[in-house]
Parts: sequence; structure tokens; C-alpha cells
Amino acid sequence: MRPALALFLREWRIASRIGGGASVGAMFFLILVTIMPFALGPDLKLLGRLGPAILWIAALLATLLGLDRLFQGDADDGSLDSLVNAALPLEAVVLIKCTAHWASNALPLVAISPLFGLMLAMEGPALGLVVLTLLAGTPALTMIGAVGAALTVSLRRGGLLMAVIALPLTIPVLIFGVSAASAASGGGAPFQTPFLMLCALSLLAVAGAPFAAAAAIRHVRE
Amino acid sequence: MARPVGGVNESVPMRLKAENVSLERGGRVLFAPLSLTVSSGEALTILGPNGAGKSSLLRALAGFLPLAAGRFVLDGGDPEQSLAEQAHYLGHADALKGALTAHENLAFWAGVLGAAPDRRASASALARLGLAHVMDFPVRAQSAGQKRRVALARLGVARRPIWLLDEPTTALDVSAQALFAGVMEEHLAGGGLILAATHAPLGLAAARVAQLAPTASLAA
Repeated sequence: MRPALALFLREWRIASRIGGGASVGAMFFLILVTIMPFALGPDLKLLGRLGPAILWIAALLATLLGLDRLFQGDADDGSLDSLVNAALPLEAVVLIKCTAHWASNALPLVAISPLFGLMLAMEGPALGLVVLTLLAGTPALTMIGAVGAALTVSLRRGGLLMAVIALPLTIPVLIFGVSAASAASGGGAPFQTPFLMLCALSLLAVAGAPFAAAAAIRHVRE
Repeated sequence: MARPVGGVNESVPMRLKAENVSLERGGRVLFAPLSLTVSSGEALTILGPNGAGKSSLLRALAGFLPLAAGRFVLDGGDPEQSLAEQAHYLGHADALKGALTAHENLAFWAGVLGAAPDRRASASALARLGLAHVMDFPVRAQSAGQKRRVALARLGVARRPIWLLDEPTTALDVSAQALFAGVMEEHLAGGGLILAATHAPLGLAAARVAQLAPTASLAA
């Protein structure tokens, strides 16, 4: 327990001090969401229909944007060596880093998404359900992105490659997320089915991605 | 789940042996099969020209690199822990996070290496190297020598019998080197082992030397 707590505390402190994580992701989210209405025109109905999709795309890209730093910092200053050999298995290290990353980067996005939903002409009750879909889906995005980050840890500017690797795997999450969010905005389709699928994808990612990422780190380091 | 940290057990002498160890990097065999032995209370200095494989040997001991041939054997010590789990590895890089203070970095390492993250332990480890005053300063505001000493202080917050040190005294001035030599002597007196790759003399009273000679051959 103690090593896990020590690692989480360190990640949290770094994320909250450097500040490049949460605020950059939130800014990116803000930029995307404010530009969309300008590009799509003043048709409020169209905007309302596309609102959930826009929010989800913005959340996806903002999450992937911040993830390439997940292991890069440790690889650069030599901490990765000792994390590989710590009193914790590497899979647990990955899980804890991802949890800290999600808490410091994705949670703020989820928290401000109702505000952006309003900007996209979405209605009240729908906003709450859309936040719920983001809450359920961002863990999957974070874990899948972490696998990409682990694969590109030894590359100097691996951010784009990491996004390219992770993006196809996040498509199912995106599909179910938008489907649930659209259903919440009165799309006529059921909300529960895609939402439960979203939860299942997140659970699957949380269970499987640490092993994939840890294997990638071990392999890449040799 | 966390195992207790294997402290230096003075009643059971440890012996670390490398038997015909050979390493490859990038298809190139680094050095001829190497055998060496280090026992409790002994320090071994690994010398050799750049590229001879000193760092790689230490990394292989720490478990980061696979061996191409041969093996490492540890007699004594904790039979349930691997060699890497009973060793401190200190590489070229300081492995410190600039945004955190010296104490926070040391507390992290103590926690991750299985010891108790404790302000007093950090304070005494830093004081031993003359750095008690930087305890609550962020590491990025410190000089290279101070950062190196904070990295060395990691050796003092979690007790492990084997120290694998790669150029430990880089960026240290003469007085700091003397302080660290004292730290090393204390570790050896307590039954620990030290393997250090270095270009500069470490100031230890009695340290054996292993010379690595690079080979020019390529792996088959």
C-alpha cells in the first residue's frame, strides 16, 4: 500500500504544480467547443444535435493530448529505471500513474463539460447524463492512451505517433459515448444500452491496459 | 503485499559473484566474459574507457539489461528477494522531479523502495551530505552539485545492502566528495557492498579495482 500511495502522491503533486496538464487540456477543450459553433453556423437545432458529438470529440482529443507526457518525464530523468524495479509490479505503477493522470486531467474536463454543453445549445437534464457518459468513458480513453504512450516512450516527439496508435482503439469508446450522449439529448434511442457498453469498455481497459503498457515499457527499454 | 526491506544483516556475510558475464548492446559484444566477486564490507571500483560497458554492467546487475551469457549469483542476503530488490541503483541521471522539493523526492523514493517516508529520515540523509538546508526547496532551483547530492541521499532513506553506483561523484566538489566517501565507508562498515563505475577516485580507504577492456568483435 505504501509504495502505491507514495507514487500516487508524487504524480498528483507534479500534476498540480506544473499545471500543464489540467489547464492545457481544458483550454484545448474550450477552443474546440467555441470554434465549432462558428464553423457550423447559427443553426441551433443542428448545434443541439451535434453537441454531444462535439463534446466527446473534444474530450477525446484533449485527453490524448496530455497523455504523451505520462512516461516521457520519467524516462527523461531516469526515474523509469527505478520504477521498473520498485516494490510495486510495473502494472500497478502504470495503473496508479493513469489514475493520477485521469484525476488531474480528465476530471476537470468532465466537470466543466456542462458549461460547454450550454454553449452548444444542449438542454438541462441532458447535460447531467452527458457528464455521466464522459465520466464513464474517460477512464477507457486514458488507459488506451497510456498503452500508446508506453509504446512511444523512447521517442523524442512521440506525441503524434502515440495518438495515431491509440485513436483506432478509442473509436468504440467514442461511438458508444456519443450514442449515449445523443440518447440523453432526446435522440429517441435508449440511453442505457450504450451507457452500459461504455462502462464495460472502461472496465476492460482498466483491467487490460496496465499489462499491455507494462509489457511495452519493458520491451522498449532493452 | 509489500515485503519488508532487507536491511543489512551483519551476521550473514553476502557475496555477489558475476560468473563469465557477457553483455551485448546493439549487436556488439561489450567485453570479454567477466568474472568478479564482491563480499560484504568490500567496494569494487569499475574502471575502463568510455564505451567499455561500465554503465551497462551496472544496469545488468540492477536487472535492466538481459545478460548475453553468464550469470550473477548472490550468496547470503534474502533468499526470497531478487538481486535487484536488494540493491540501490544510482545511474547517471539524478531521477529527481524538479517540481518537488528535496524531501518530497526522498519521501517518494522511500515509499517506492519499501521504507517509511519520514521527514526525519530525509533530514538526516540530507544532513549527512551537507544539504539539510535544501530540504524544502524545489529541486529545479538547486545547482547540479546539490541535485546530485539529493540523488545520493536516496541511498540513506531506504536501507539496501548492495549499492550499484554509476559515476556517483559527478558534479560534486571536493568537500562533498569527502562527505560521500564517509557515507560509503559507513555502509561498508555495516556489511554492505558497493560496486561503483567511476572516472575519478572515490576516496575509499580500500577499494579493489576491476578493469573493463572493450572488445572490437561483433556478436555472431
